[in-house]
Amino acid sequence: MDSFAFQAPTSLDAAVALLAEQRQASVRTQILAGGTDMIVQMRSVDRAPRMIVDIKRIPETRSIQLGEDGLILGSAVAGAELSARDDVAAIYPGLVEAADLIGSTQIQGRASVGGNLCNASPAGDTIPALIANSAICQIAGPGGWRELAVEDFVVGVGRNALEPGEFLVALRLPAAQPRSADAYLRFIPRTEMDIAVASAGVRVALDENGVCTAARVAIGAVAVTALLVPEAAEALIGTRLDDAACAAAAAASSAAARPISDKRGTETYRRQVVGVLTRRAAVIARDRALGGQA
Amino acid sequence: MSEAISEAGAFRQIGTRPIRPDGLDKVTGRANFGADFSLPGMLHGRFLRSPHAHARIRSIDITAALAVPGVKAIVTGKDFPDVAPGDIEGGEGGGDYHDMAVNVMARDKVLYHGHAVAAVAATSTRAAEEAVRLIEVEYEPLPVLLDIDSAMAPDAPLLHDHLYTEGLPEKPARPSNVAQVMESTRGDIEAGFAEADVIIERTYLTPTVHQGYIEPHACLARWGQDEQSTVWCSTQGSFDVRSMTARVLDMSISRLKVIPTEIGGGFGGKTTVYLEPVAILLSRKSGRPVKLVMTREEVFRASGPASASKIKLKIGAKKDGRLTAMSAWLAYEAGAFKGSPMVPGVMCVFAPYDVPAFKAVGYDVLVNKPKVAAYRAPGAPQALFATESAMDELARVLNMDPIELRLKNAVRDGSQASYGPKFNAIGMEACLQAAREHPNYKRPLGPNQGRGVAVGFWFNVGMQSSAEIHINEDGTATVIEGNPDIGGSRASMALMAAEELGIPYQDVRVLVADTEAAGFTNVTGGSRVTFATGMAVIEAARDIISQLKARAAALWNVDVEMVDWVDGKVVARPGVNVEADPLTLADIAGQAAKTGGPLLGRASLNARGAGPSFSVNLCDVEVDPDTGKVDVISYTAIQDAGKAIHPSYVEGQMQGGAVQGIGWALNEEYIFSAEGIMENAGFLDYRIPVASDLPMIDTQIIEIANPGHPYGVRGVGETPIVAPLAAVANAVNAATGLQMTELPMSPPRILAALEAAKG
Ligand SMILES: Cc1cc2nc3c(=O)[nH]c(=O)nc-3n(C[C@H](O)[C@H](O)[C@H](O)COP(=O)(O)OP(=O)(O)OC[C@H]3O[C@@H](n4cnc5c(N)ncnc54)[C@H](O)[C@@H]3O)c2cc1C
Repeated sequence: MDSFAFQAPTSLDAAVALLAEQRQASVRTQILAGGTDMIVQMRSVDRAPRMIVDIKRIPETRSIQLGEDGLILGSAVAGAELSARDDVAAIYPGLVEAADLIGSTQIQGRASVGGNLCNASPAGDTIPALIANSAICQIAGPGGWRELAVEDFVVGVGRNALEPGEFLVALRLPAAQPRSADAYLRFIPRTEMDIAVASAGVRVALDENGVCTAARVAIGAVAVTALLVPEAAEALIGTRLDDAACAAAAAASSAAARPISDKRGTETYRRQVVGVLTRRAAVIARDRALGGQA
Repeated sequence: MSEAISEAGAFRQIGTRPIRPDGLDKVTGRANFGADFSLPGMLHGRFLRSPHAHARIRSIDITAALAVPGVKAIVTGKDFPDVAPGDIEGGEGGGDYHDMAVNVMARDKVLYHGHAVAAVAATSTRAAEEAVRLIEVEYEPLPVLLDIDSAMAPDAPLLHDHLYTEGLPEKPARPSNVAQVMESTRGDIEAGFAEADVIIERTYLTPTVHQGYIEPHACLARWGQDEQSTVWCSTQGSFDVRSMTARVLDMSISRLKVIPTEIGGGFGGKTTVYLEPVAILLSRKSGRPVKLVMTREEVFRASGPASASKIKLKIGAKKDGRLTAMSAWLAYEAGAFKGSPMVPGVMCVFAPYDVPAFKAVGYDVLVNKPKVAAYRAPGAPQALFATESAMDELARVLNMDPIELRLKNAVRDGSQASYGPKFNAIGMEACLQAAREHPNYKRPLGPNQGRGVAVGFWFNVGMQSSAEIHINEDGTATVIEGNPDIGGSRASMALMAAEELGIPYQDVRVLVADTEAAGFTNVTGGSRVTFATGMAVIEAARDIISQLKARAAALWNVDVEMVDWVDGKVVARPGVNVEADPLTLADIAGQAAKTGGPLLGRASLNARGAGPSFSVNLCDVEVDPDTGKVDVISYTAIQDAGKAIHPSYVEGQMQGGAVQGIGWALNEEYIFSAEGIMENAGFLDYRIPVASDLPMIDTQIIEIANPGHPYGVRGVGETPIVAPLAAVANAVNAATGLQMTELPMSPPRILAALEAAKG
């Protein structure tokens, strides 16, 4: 690793100012959250010098606010901190499970949802779960504050929509509707310490009769970015999420997938399994939503 | 289930489970492994490795690299002496010294992706890496061969222009990629198959896999101006490192001292040299100590994985299950140089069964992959994957219980082994009976679940060992031996010494000494250490006991014939009428000066009488019909240990072997691009099982004493990896109705097979 500079601003304004200044001076900068992607990459693929800006001392990146308007999740909150919040898990169980799948106990002490999203891996576990929950990125930068839907935030393999000088402060999830719940499933050949071969996040809302009134389905590891699959959601809306509806959603996910064949799985396999995961996640979300009713 | 040997009941410490002497250091991080040693002025080395799987080296230019600040030495193939061909002795894998030298550093050709082309020593890893980038090599790429079929094709391009197939009736006219052919036959197989009511015939494939030891290869070398070199390294055999390095560098063995460090796994993969000769040469050129440590990626690309194989197997049986004939065509990939474990594969493919007629033909096939090394029971897992899969299919076709079928054909005492000798005191039947009675064989199965059974076997070896025991003034003891401790062997040596000398286990320290302090000792491999080095320790202890008897006799002024060693004490025989209170080891050690000086026992031997070890494994799996994922839900390993000196470490061997075999069966494989570049050279995508993947592996030790060892010990380290491949496959087949013949049974492969079966 080559030498690098390091700063840890303690307020949003200070961070925005520092990033603007570095941009002006054309210094390469990189944001550090938990570092579980970044430090690994600095040791193996990209050793070039840079200024590292640690955002973990900025209060807004470390807070979890759950209120009537929904959830505001600081971008650098560690997985272990999120898992400890039963109130969040009661409303967004799928998102919390997705975050909890990342790495091991050690990794959980650092790895953040914001880092997982900004790293923009096609297989990043929290991304489909965020999309299913209609999560919005809250971005600070020299031009001020802006918001962007997660599905528009990731633009390619390892590429996100942040402009130079910008960074992700928090993720905003809208308040949950009554009788609604989410679920996230990934497929790996092992039980842990592996990368998703395919994944699916589903959120559904039901009426008093158990009929689905709203749904979001997102799939991961089957295209260059996680994909929102409106056709799968449409297959669910208006049904009681019975076998036929879930199978139709599965077929829609398989059809929407644009996977590649590589060392982790063949194209056919990924296409097939992403459907299976969609179906199973829809059933879990449905049962959770029904359970919430009782 | 213990078949007691004559004095088994009399053991005081053998069979107990004390904490291993090296345990605390290892769990607290104090133990020093290969990469943990440093010396003042030490340089760090890095390799330039071939980007091609097969190419001629046109030129190497190191000018720019040498100019990098901090670079002190660079070596390429030109710096190494020519080494004459000759079979490698003593190690565990097969091979040739000339090939080994060329594998350590390429000369005119690179033969696999990752083959070492040059090495740099510099004051920092950073500088060494920078220099490696600046070495300019001109390559002429050559055709790449990555599998048995293309390498064996009549018009295949050649890896080596002067390699002629050995083992044919006459020297072939043309060179080939097949280094050796071997045939083993008995009886009339045509008649045997003609007599059969049922014939099973299939082709089985296994991929290239790696041992997956956690500690990468590492060494530190110091060359002295007096021409004496010292090497600290992680190895299974310090004497092998010494002889191999001396051979590669054309130096006298007396000029080289090898100090074995603690070792973080080897499984056969650390029985050869990759780094040591290079480190010494760099040290000689630079005049400074040099440390070389492989990255995980280098371990995958450029150490010695286990052979991929293709086996065509045919078995015939009568309706009642009696085998009438078996035939096998076995091809093993050797990698870039000859020496796959094809020979043991041919020897063991039918070893568990008493069959009147058989024929096995084996091929040692060169491909553009790293040269294979030993991996636990080299050659046997592949061979018995085929045999035990076919036996299972036969049981299903005959509608017979798979254990019943195997019992019907099992080798027993007096059977002529397919590889030659007559079996004596073997545990095949006892293991099968234990399996049949085991509660895990009777557990009810749920939907999508299936049970598999398979037999494992390994020959085990003896070979040369030395041991010394030094008695301290207070009657405690130090055992000095030369086998790096991979699986708890210090504990076993201490138990055997303590048992003989009648002192507590805690009073025995065991030193794994370097090549100048220990007597010559062959590699930690072949499941030989507890057997052969254990035998040397017992003999060294008995040497001490005979000295104790002589000294007591002298003290009592009686004839040595008149004293005995009983329960850890020298006692006078009845009839001796001087006052002679029994004397312990401590009593005599305390009077060493008066009785003849320090007490030192020793033994050196070439151990004969190694006893083969059989096993039976039971495996239950559940297969997800939608994703093809296999979960192992119960696993039971039953194995004949002869005598378990330290049962926990025997169980540990059985469990570890099962885990490695399950990984081989389900997910492990080298994935190569068409150009011969391994695409999954890391533990993320080379999927060994993680702890949460598996249930606790149940074990049952069978003890059929080996008559060739004073305590009945037989090797236990290798047999455990043999049965799992077929045990898992048979379970998957039972759960799905499929007939899986290709490993690994990864989820995509199983799902594709399920889809194909649906039609
Ligand atoms: C052993 C191990 C296992 C893993 N297992 C998984 C797994 O199962 N699933 C999975 O999806 N991932 C896994 N990962 C990857 C990684 O842990 C996750 O992606 C994690 O969520 C990254 O979060 P972090 O806070 O550590 O990010 P960092 O490493 O700090 O940052 C990641 C990237 O995002 C940028 N970044 C971070 N925060 C911001 C921000 N607020 N604004 C702008 N840019 C930002 C950084 O500059 C960097 O490029 C694993 C990693 C390891 C080492």
